[in-house]
Amino acid sequence: MKKAINLSVNGVSHTDEVEPRMLLVHYLRDVLELTGTHVGCETSLCGACTVMLDGQAVKSCTVFAVQADGATVTTIEGFAKNGELHPVQEGFWEKHGLQCGYCTPGMIVTAAQLLDRNPDPSREEICHGLEGNLCRCTGYQHIIEAVQYAAKKAGQS
Amino acid sequence: MTDNYVGKRVKRTEDPRLIRGLAHYVDDIALPGTLHVAFVRSYYAHAKINSIDTEAARSAPGVIAVYTGQDVSGKIGPVPCAGALPDLKVPDHRVLATNKVYFVGHPVAAVVATDRYAARDAVDLIMVDYEELPVVTDVEEAAAGGSVIHDAFSDNIAYRLTSGEGDIDAAFAAADRTVKQRVLHRRLAPIAMEPRGVLARYFPGEEELTLWSSTQIPHLMRTQVALMIGIPENKLRVITPEVGGGFGSKLNVYAEEALLGWISMQLGKPVKWIETRRENIQATIHGRGQVGDIEIAFKNDGTLTGLRYSVFADLGAYHQLLTPAIPTLTGLMLSGAYKIPAIQMNITACFTNKMATDAYRGAGRPEATYIVERGLDLVAAELGVDPAEVRRKNFPQPDEFPFHTATGLDYDSGDYETALNKAQEIAGYQQLREEQKKGREEGRLIGIGVSTYVEICALGPSQAMPAGGWESATVRIEPTGKVTILTGASPHGQGQETSFAQIAADELGVNINDVTVIHGDTGIVQYGIGTFGSRATAVGGTAVFVAIQKLKEKAHKIATHMLEADASRVSFEGGKYSFEKAAAAAAAGTSDPVVPVGEAPAGALPEPQTDGKSSLTLQDIALAAHVAKNLPPDTEPGLSATYFFEPKNFTFPFGTHIAVVEVDRETGDIKWLRYVAVDDCGRVINPMLVDGQVHGGIVQSIGQAMYEEVVYDEQGQLLTGTLMDYAVPRASHIPNFELDRTETPSPVNPLGVKGVGEAGTIGATPAIVGAIVDALAPFGVKHLDMPIKPENVWQIINRG
Repeated sequence: MKKAINLSVNGVSHTDEVEPRMLLVHYLRDVLELTGTHVGCETSLCGACTVMLDGQAVKSCTVFAVQADGATVTTIEGFAKNGELHPVQEGFWEKHGLQCGYCTPGMIVTAAQLLDRNPDPSREEICHGLEGNLCRCTGYQHIIEAVQYAAKKAGQS
Repeated sequence: MTDNYVGKRVKRTEDPRLIRGLAHYVDDIALPGTLHVAFVRSYYAHAKINSIDTEAARSAPGVIAVYTGQDVSGKIGPVPCAGALPDLKVPDHRVLATNKVYFVGHPVAAVVATDRYAARDAVDLIMVDYEELPVVTDVEEAAAGGSVIHDAFSDNIAYRLTSGEGDIDAAFAAADRTVKQRVLHRRLAPIAMEPRGVLARYFPGEEELTLWSSTQIPHLMRTQVALMIGIPENKLRVITPEVGGGFGSKLNVYAEEALLGWISMQLGKPVKWIETRRENIQATIHGRGQVGDIEIAFKNDGTLTGLRYSVFADLGAYHQLLTPAIPTLTGLMLSGAYKIPAIQMNITACFTNKMATDAYRGAGRPEATYIVERGLDLVAAELGVDPAEVRRKNFPQPDEFPFHTATGLDYDSGDYETALNKAQEIAGYQQLREEQKKGREEGRLIGIGVSTYVEICALGPSQAMPAGGWESATVRIEPTGKVTILTGASPHGQGQETSFAQIAADELGVNINDVTVIHGDTGIVQYGIGTFGSRATAVGGTAVFVAIQKLKEKAHKIATHMLEADASRVSFEGGKYSFEKAAAAAAAGTSDPVVPVGEAPAGALPEPQTDGKSSLTLQDIALAAHVAKNLPPDTEPGLSATYFFEPKNFTFPFGTHIAVVEVDRETGDIKWLRYVAVDDCGRVINPMLVDGQVHGGIVQSIGQAMYEEVVYDEQGQLLTGTLMDYAVPRASHIPNFELDRTETPSPVNPLGVKGVGEAGTIGATPAIVGAIVDALAPFGVKHLDMPIKPENVWQIINRG
């Protein structure tokens, strides 16, 4: 019993028929072939699957695709515009905010939302804002510095 | 030669694809017609399988096939164990359980279906009739007898081993004092953020199988899987695309990797299995898992005279690749950074009804460092002296290297006191001690922990390794002048695409953007060993370096010929081979214009133009070498070199970590005040990458010291089966790291590098635990077992 959904992903409109139980992350990855969004735990604990859903950073492993019907979604693939990296992406590159890169897309989406809400966060506010995203490689220090870099850069522009 | 890159903070060439979500991990590779596999796994820790009813599953929508242990028994060889120890018991480890299950998560059946949802649905339709058997989860109980897990053996002891040098009994008999402490190293789950995953594709016509697997060891896996499923090794290609972290958990050959390959061969279709996190915690190797007693003999002046460690190692139900070897690595490092004339380790390694333990970041060495460093703290407490001073007193001095230990090793180089001094200076150690004293008078519980660790890295000489300890590299200059490096090391986040390119760009005098590092594909790269044991740069990077020297010898010969010069008068500088007499002209800016690399004309290869030139770029020489119209006699066309580097010894990085914490009397919460680390990993290729490795390692230590623990109950049920229960550190759990370095080159390799991948996980836990114990010293605390949680601390404060 498939259900029709229509949503905008990274500025492109998509209409598809999906099983009601299909997870948004599987819709993005398997149907739209946007594999930058990763699955790390299937239980909303690691944050690797974080995407923007109507302006909110959500964990797409616990959202059904049908719940995103009519929504606007931005995945990591939608962050760089016209070949220009998003300031958070640039921060991750400049500050070595990633090693294996698996958590990185989710981290970048979360960090972008954090800066949207609080353009000049303290270190504690950054740490608090990233609590829903796990990284096993970096020890977070360089991620925190990446977010600080992005905040500074966005503040200058 | 240039010095544009090595030693500099060069941004990673890996990152643009990763930060834009354009990289490919195993699950990101989609092949048409791929079938998906899901596993039925045991929910008992020990049970007899009476029957498996797969009928309902076989007829479920989308299901293509179901395989049980009976179906594959005799068709797929056992899961390999590379441990070679005297009298080691090796249980027959099949890819699917045959008659019994031995741990929660043990794979029992595999379902193949058209999509992952259908496969998962069908798993629930398979009925397994289990008959529960007695469970052994406690390693000491396993050693003492209890019920025997494997019918093939008379007891649960996989092996016993005593190692060490010096007269240990005499050392203890003659000691002024001794300390003794039982120490637990709990089981940990490595938790790479990308779980394991395999995609297998068999082409029946070509008889070729390709396995995409999230592994640290593509070549070793190729050999082992070929043997397991009976395909010629040269018909099996293993590709490791992007690997989302390993930490040792992917330094293995797992049942699923062979089984997926075999299934693809049966069905002639691509098949994919992506591990769920629950499976990952159940059925990917665990780390640590030791219970031991440490005894230290010493003189009244603090001089160490003997160390004994008697340990029960919890191996789990089966051996994975290196399971039995891990406790022996602990034995190797029991001398720590100290002169200890007599050392003995007694291992009793046992089977239990749990997942196998194996290499998790540090792999036996964090246990050793923890034992020695906790021991030194106990010695200091016993003598009433500062823990840093006990350490300082027992260091070998720089002129005593190579330093022979009573564990049978020869440490390559070291200057332990300089690192300790530097860390103490950065931390303001004396002032911290004064603040601590003052704080205590005010009722504050501040603790300072010191760890002066040494680790064994760059694994290692082949004599000491189960399957080769060398590493390989091919360096090629393509006709257009682009540099291609094929490395047998298989990095997965460490950044060697950048650091190896740094080495090559400087050695060849080219732009780093003209260098590409290829790894993790057995169809492209010559045989290699892999990335683990902090070896990739020290062993694999050296292979790159030496291969470049070989390549330059050939390039020099060709240049000499093309310039019609005497070999001794042609020199290589800044990416150019020049006549001596040409150097002045080149400096004056009148040298011949060189087509920048990457701007060679499109279409047919240009003819090499050498007439009248006084210098040649590598690009000119590469083109000439490939066009091969004007080469010196007896010179092979092409411009590439391959080198297999065999290290003569391990390397021994070291350093000092100082942790400062404050304990909250009301809640037992542990708050970070400072964290200072001075690490010496030899020569540094890229300081930014080194810092990243140190940060990540320390945070895994924080996890071990304060949060993480794989818990099985008495029935062998895994109580920490999700990331809700298994507590991996989050951003708010970390201190602000203050890092610095000393740089003592290793004499073991021409780069002078030692390795840094595991330093943090090895050096940090004793500093953190030492700090917490020190904070609680007013309550008479001398030792606490990890993980130290606020509830433990609160109970100590409130027990009166």
